[in-house]
Amino acid sequence: MLSHYTYFADISCLESLKWGKAPFTICGSMCGIISVIDRSGEPMNGSAIKNALSLMNERGNGEGAGYAVYGAYPDYADYYALHLFYDNLVEPKAIVEQELEKWGTIEVSEMIPTSEQPRLRREHIPWRYFYKPYPKSMGTAATEEDILIHIMNKINTEIPGALLFSTGKNIGIFKASGWPEDVAEFYRIQDYEGYQWLAHNRYPTNTSGWWGGAHPFNLLDWTVVHNGEITSYGTNRRYLESFGYKCTMYTDTEVVAYLTDLLARRHALPLELALKALAPPFWDEIDNMPENERQLNTTIRMAYGSALMNGPFAIVVANSEGIAGITDRIKLRPLVAAEAGERLYISSEEAAIRVMEQDLEHIWMPRAGEPVIGRVR
Amino acid sequence: MPIGSTPPKYRVRIDNDRCMLCEQCIENCPYGTFRKEGNKILVNSRACTGCHRCIAMCPRDAIDLEEKPVDYRSHPIWTREAREAIYNQARTGKIILAGMGNILEVPPIFDRLLLDACQVTNPSIDPLREPMELRTYIGKKPSKVEVATKPNGDIELLTHLAPNLKCETPIMIGHMSYGAISLNAQLSLARGAAAQGTFMGTGEGGLHKHLYPYQDHMIVQVASGRFGVDIDYLERGAAIEIKIGQGAKPGIGGHLPGEKVDESVSGTRMIPVSSDAISPAPHHDIYSIEDLAQLVRGLKEATEWKKPVFVKIAAVHNVAAIASGIARSSADAVVIDGFRGGTGAAPRVFRDHVGIPIEAAVAAVDEKLRHHGVRNEVSVIASGGIRDSADVTKTIALGADAVYIGTAALISLGCRVCGSCYRGLCPWGIATQRPDLVARLDPDIMWENVSNLINGWTLEIAELMGAAGINSIESLRGNRDRLRAYMLDENLMEVLDVKTVGAGA
Repeated sequence: MLSHYTYFADISCLESLKWGKAPFTICGSMCGIISVIDRSGEPMNGSAIKNALSLMNERGNGEGAGYAVYGAYPDYADYYALHLFYDNLVEPKAIVEQELEKWGTIEVSEMIPTSEQPRLRREHIPWRYFYKPYPKSMGTAATEEDILIHIMNKINTEIPGALLFSTGKNIGIFKASGWPEDVAEFYRIQDYEGYQWLAHNRYPTNTSGWWGGAHPFNLLDWTVVHNGEITSYGTNRRYLESFGYKCTMYTDTEVVAYLTDLLARRHALPLELALKALAPPFWDEIDNMPENERQLNTTIRMAYGSALMNGPFAIVVANSEGIAGITDRIKLRPLVAAEAGERLYISSEEAAIRVMEQDLEHIWMPRAGEPVIGRVR
Repeated sequence: MPIGSTPPKYRVRIDNDRCMLCEQCIENCPYGTFRKEGNKILVNSRACTGCHRCIAMCPRDAIDLEEKPVDYRSHPIWTREAREAIYNQARTGKIILAGMGNILEVPPIFDRLLLDACQVTNPSIDPLREPMELRTYIGKKPSKVEVATKPNGDIELLTHLAPNLKCETPIMIGHMSYGAISLNAQLSLARGAAAQGTFMGTGEGGLHKHLYPYQDHMIVQVASGRFGVDIDYLERGAAIEIKIGQGAKPGIGGHLPGEKVDESVSGTRMIPVSSDAISPAPHHDIYSIEDLAQLVRGLKEATEWKKPVFVKIAAVHNVAAIASGIARSSADAVVIDGFRGGTGAAPRVFRDHVGIPIEAAVAAVDEKLRHHGVRNEVSVIASGGIRDSADVTKTIALGADAVYIGTAALISLGCRVCGSCYRGLCPWGIATQRPDLVARLDPDIMWENVSNLINGWTLEIAELMGAAGINSIESLRGNRDRLRAYMLDENLMEVLDVKTVGAGA
């Protein structure tokens, strides 16, 4: 007799068990991620991370790869670096530039240098602007960030043939549909330098092959690479929409960037707490914490229940101050971290880290829901 | 002008070969359907209400019950119910009262909504082997959390939580008053709810002292009649609910026939014995939203801001805007009662024709509260026609925090939905105050039925969530992406914000 069940025709109900508590972890595989920070701010070029990402080709299928580099544009560090995909340079570009000039000035407008790759089909024309918004142009109490968010929503929802996917200062996102090494060669990733990198090798199921669907995802200072599928997407999206965010990328990953932005920037929570809200401890654990900690965790969970992310995920989220890796509450996706001197690595696989650094001092598997944070000194 | 009798609703037959003349049927039927003459049980089928008590108690399965043995000439418009209502009113000239919920023949929207499950790209979560969290806090939540980092790196919490009800399941038991139902029924429900770590409503009939042991699991109700309300009552409840309206009869007050008001009901309700308790349609101190906000604050002030205050409204056409007004008062939760909600007694025309289904109401309220940026700060409790754990799961996915069940909880006590609650002769000891009938329901045994029902549904919700790859109920709430509409029209799909079956992510 199955103690947990009763039969439909059986009128006498059987004593049912409370569900058991035996947490365990499953390593699913879909997409590979790797990220590195040099905490002293020393720049690294893109060649090592390209090799590390290519090593995880088993985790991808050649339909999407991308790189994010912080510190990419030191000469234009005070400008927002806007990266766009244009379908052509005639119609959408004029409309986009008209919109940009409405709210600020374009300092530089240029095609992102690329070199043709035999295995990579050029779907779009990557373009970049260095841009300065005028906060006063909105009249109200709007900040520069508000203007950028407005422009991003406008371009991505109303201007066909243009997609704005990178809006940070001194940050560059380079992504396309293809294998990691081809995408890297296409953008000549090795020519860029920065103090922190995020990279992603994709096996898409949701938005296959679309360049805009490749990772990393960026919003202002935030960048995200994500392995997994967020089963709470509907809840998270509807929560974010009530704060004025618009989800336009047709993928669940963007909610990570928006949630982090909402909690860490707009609600000014310390990053550890913001991440805790996304993958909080279980109530059983919270109930047994010392009083102050219990109060804090209960309040966070009750206030931010709609920000809780469910489903399997391993994520690295970054801003100009550092990187943070986190997994879902039962670690249904792999994540490993390692340190070597000033450098902190976070990746889906240890082997990928070892491609970048042979001589690791410390390597560990973070527990489910426990953030790994590396900050620039 | 006599028009003779209408055809009998039921035909009861005794199989005399099986009958052993134990007379259980005679004892059990308070309507006088059976009598013994000589060596035979004789039957007056016209007295039968279809309550099944005799069938349940007959040790020989010797009773046969047939519904509508003689029907009218069929007609698509002039149904049996339409014709009989006219005969009834031609005879009496009065408003027809009816029990239980809406009998309109339209399919529940729930049955046209399908749930999701995981395959391959994300693993389902097994609730037998991994933690699954259904704990639900009902009450006001802060819109954001503020903290300060001390010089030593410790984090100090600056945000203080308002009082919330901690429910271990999103299933609560709705308000059914002492008077409408028996004390033994209330005791069974209260003990069952407490055993499952959840809550039940008192209804508008006050709180009998025998329920005091369960008061920490009871939500006391303040309705337009203010029956049973004093400061002691308010202070005993875990939460207070202001009842503006109910789904079975939006726009009018409660109806308790004097037959059900005995000594004890009279004392608890604070009304004279045998008096009809007809609550006023509106609260006489609430003629606007600001009056409601005052009453919410008044009740909070009286109980020193220690208790959450809920406001219950019927799902009417403009339910979303009304709920939004309530959400922006000091109220901690809005209760929405859909048009399938049950009742002990309601005018038939209200029961069947006023209000809207809970599915559409929850979707509209959730959307409006989000639009006004207050959804996350207030809880939404939905009720009215929730039949099983799938209905609960769908209601939460549409945007509710928790549900109230009423009829389902009574069915767990034996109720057969015969719909004769207003007669005060409930053979199951539920909707009656007659001591011999009430004694049939032993709360020391029957609380387990209530507890089992909630436990069973809770296990099923955990399984449904796990299959959908969700291990915390917060991630189900408002997650309409995990619902698909099957044979619903486009307008309704827009209101529900649900895609059609076959549509992907």
